[in-house]
Formats: sequence, C-alpha cells, structure tokens
Amino acid sequence: MKAVITVIGKDQVGIIASVSAKCAEHGANITEITQSVLDQYFAMIMIADIDGLKADFVTFADELEALGKNSGLEIRCMHEDIFDAMHKI
Amino acid sequence: MINTQDILETINMIREENLDVRTVTMGISLYDCVSDDVDKLCANIYDKLMTSAKDLVPTAEAIEKLYGIPIVNKRVSVTPISYIGGKAGPDGYIKIAKTLDRAASDLGINFIGGYSALVQKGMTRGADALIESIPDALAETNMVCSSVNVGSTRAGINMDAVARMGRTVKAAAEKTADRDAIGCAKLVVFANAVDDNPFMAGAFHGTGEGDCVINVGVSGPGVVEKAIRRAGDCDFSALADVIKKTAFKITRVGQLVAYEASKRLNVPYGIVDLSLAPTPAIGDSVACILESMGLDVCGGPGTTAALAMLNDAVKKGGVMASSHVGGLSGAFIPVSEDAGMIAAAEGGVLTLEKLEAMTAVCSVGLDMICIPGDTTAETISGIIADEIAIGMVNNKTTAVRVIPAPGKGVGEKVEFGGLLGYAPVMRVNPVSCEKFIARGGRIPAPIHSLKN
Repeated sequence: MKAVITVIGKDQVGIIASVSAKCAEHGANITEITQSVLDQYFAMIMIADIDGLKADFVTFADELEALGKNSGLEIRCMHEDIFDAMHKI
Repeated sequence: MINTQDILETINMIREENLDVRTVTMGISLYDCVSDDVDKLCANIYDKLMTSAKDLVPTAEAIEKLYGIPIVNKRVSVTPISYIGGKAGPDGYIKIAKTLDRAASDLGINFIGGYSALVQKGMTRGADALIESIPDALAETNMVCSSVNVGSTRAGINMDAVARMGRTVKAAAEKTADRDAIGCAKLVVFANAVDDNPFMAGAFHGTGEGDCVINVGVSGPGVVEKAIRRAGDCDFSALADVIKKTAFKITRVGQLVAYEASKRLNVPYGIVDLSLAPTPAIGDSVACILESMGLDVCGGPGTTAALAMLNDAVKKGGVMASSHVGGLSGAFIPVSEDAGMIAAAEGGVLTLEKLEAMTAVCSVGLDMICIPGDTTAETISGIIADEIAIGMVNNKTTAVRVIPAPGKGVGEKVEFGGLLGYAPVMRVNPVSCEKFIARGGRIPAPIHSLKN
C-alpha cells in the first residue's frame, strides 16, 4: 500500500528533511519524490510505502498536516487508491 | 505507477473546485421495531438506530482522512414512518419524530430522513395521521426530514393528497414563521419517489431494501464548471465528452467511498447517486455550469437545453464508474442552495415557470424556492400538481419543496444558513386554481403506465 504525500506552498529550506523525518518516525518508506508547480505554488509529491506504518493512517496523516501548518505549508497525505480510482479504468 | 499530473489534478479538484462526497447515507429498516404501544415503538426505534448507525460518523471521518476527500454529510434514512406507526395518532407520530431527532443528535449525523408517507393512490389511517402531524413534527425537531409521495406513473396523481399537501406546506411555514419557515425546507412532495435516495430532504429507506444499506451521493459542480471553461469554444459533442470524463472521475470517488464505508461498517453497499449537488459556496453551482456552457445568465433561452445535455452527460460518464447507480441521479437545481441560481433569481432572469421547464429534463424538481407568504394553499397545490404531472408523464422523479415565507413579499430575502443557503422570494402567478384543486379524486395514470 502506498500513500501520496503532497506539499504545497512556498519553497523553503528543509521541506524534504522535515517530511522525511516524519515518515521515518512512523515507518513510512519514501520511494519517490517529484516536484512540480500547481497554481504558481511549489508542489512536492512524495510516494511512500506504508505497509510498515507504526501508527494508524489517520494519525500519520494528521501529524503531517500539523507539520505543514507549523511551516506555512499545505501537506496532504492520501491513500493511493483515490488516484487509481479516478484516473485508471 | 501514479502520474504526477493525475495527482495534481485530483488535488486541484479538492482544493480549488470543491470536489467532495456530498453524503454517506445509511438506510435502516425499522420494520422490526413495530409495536402497538407508541412508547415501546419509540424505544425500539431509538435502540435500532443507535445500534445500527453508531459507527457511521467516525467511519466516514476516517475515510475522509484516508482519501483526503471531504464527506460533507453523514445521514440516516429510515423506513417510511407511516408504515410502522400502527395505530398511532398525530400525537404519537410527533413522539416518533422526536425520537428520530434525538437519535440523530446522539449519533452526530446531519439529517435523518423518512418521516414519510406514500399516498399516490390512497391514504391509510397511518399516512393520514402522519401527514396531519408534519407541521408540528418539523417545528419541534431539528434534523428530521419529511416527504410525501402523491403521484406516480403507475398510479396517477392523488389530487386529494395534493390539496392536503398545499395546506400542509402552509401550516409548516406558519409553525416555523419565527425561523423563516425552515419547516418547509425539510418537507418534499414527490412523484415517483425512489427507495434508495441518499439526499435530503427526500431520503427514505424503501420497502424493497434490506435491513441496512450504505448509499453515497457524489457532488462536484465546481469541477464540471472548471473543466468546461478549460475546454474553451468546442462544439457540443466535444463538450459532452468533457462532462462525461469529469463525471466519471467524480463518481469513481463516490464508488470508492461507498465500497470502503460498506466494508468497514459491514453493511451492504446499495448505490451511488450521480447527482450534481450544488452548495451556496462560490464555485459549487449548477447554474454556473450552464453559464460556462455559453448562457449569459441561467434562466434565459437555452437553459433547458443546456441542462438536458449536462444531465445526460453526467449520467453517461457516471454510470461506468459505479457498479450500482441509483437514487435520483441527475443535476439538482435548488435555488437557495446554489449561488448562481440565487443571483439569477435576484436578477429576475430565473422564474418559477422556467424552473418548472428545467425540472422536465433533470432531477429533481422545484426545489428550495421561496414564494410570497400570502400564496394560498390552493395555489401551492396547483404548483405541486403541475410538477407531479411532469414526473408522472415523463416516468421520472419530480418534487416540490417551496417555502411560502410568512410576512414576506417578492424580492425580500429568506435566510436558512448552512447548506440550505438563502433565496429571494420569487413571483408566483396570481391566477386562481381553487376550483380545480377542490375537485378532489385521482388523476388517472397515463396510458404509457400500461407496459405489461
């Protein structure tokens, strides 16, 4: 199972480090990182393997969201199934 | 492998275009609650609801987190109460309504639907008592929604019930006059009401349903509007394709949520309702979709054609995205719940007559329309009869949810707040239909009801 973590906001030093640290803390293994632009905002997309997640998904997602709020960023953590459902037949 | 552009498209739909799942509705049968003692019946209903739906809200909230998609409403629909009220009189029915309200509050859900009766052909004593109790029941509860089916393609129209509902709507307005007639916002009069509708105020758990079921209503007018605007000046074939593709994506989210909720709650999945349901928020409007197709203002010439095309394309796109489609499945056009409709009505472009024409090609009917407080019960019955006739003849669900705002006249504003929004009072044709409504009896079913 994979989670898609998106970080949207102004580019700043240490984004990858802080999100990676949170993933490591919860046992989520980052397998891919890409960057893009969404509506003139910096958008970082991380794909993480969550089979070894120590906490439940909701706690993990909540902590990432809180981490974003503290740094003025919008961090979302969503299960990969929603993207597969919407974009694959 | 998930494509970056697909991820960004989904995120953008949720962030900027108000993509959400409008409702996860649990349908619960109350047949096993029946008792000849109203207090015992109420106790059974409360226990059944609290047991069956205790995990509904936390489960829906966990699914919101899992997929990062807002689920705006968590609701419950129940067996039409007139079927299980037994010998209860109007006072007994009000007790039942209060029980439903208390359970809804304790469960943390938004609305509970099913304070309903189906009287398209005739009226049982139970249905009679329930209808009698509706104005008080809606005034004395907050979350209970009521509906009465007065016509169908197979049965024709029960004009006695139509006359009665005109008076009931008036009484519901008067009983809640201090709250801008909010009672009427929770009361729908139907033709061809469906058993598995997840949307309020018309949801009930039909007689052919199982003990418990999960139905999901999707939304996403903002997503469709933005997709149409991005498509630019293409022709109608291309436009239909854009809408179909967008509807497919929206519906797949609903299907995913329905499947997950069903699995977690261990309750069968019923249907996904493909309706485009607007909210008063900017960028979440069905009227604005029609305007993005090239109309200056919703309600002008071309509106019915635009809506017909939209409604059809949404179904065609959505039907492949879901294993079971049902409910109302069509674009909603509630005036007070749609920023574009409100603006068009305030500008005088959108009229009651045009809305009636629009209901012939979409779901569901004359919805959340404020009319002058001095509109007579007979005129309201006339409006209901017209709308029910459209449903009867066209083999479709139609409904009327009008609010005769006490003490208010054309152009004045009625404010409900929240998802129910606000609306200007619209003009009603003043010509009397009193003698027509007074005839009573039944309008026979149309010839095409004889299909066997």
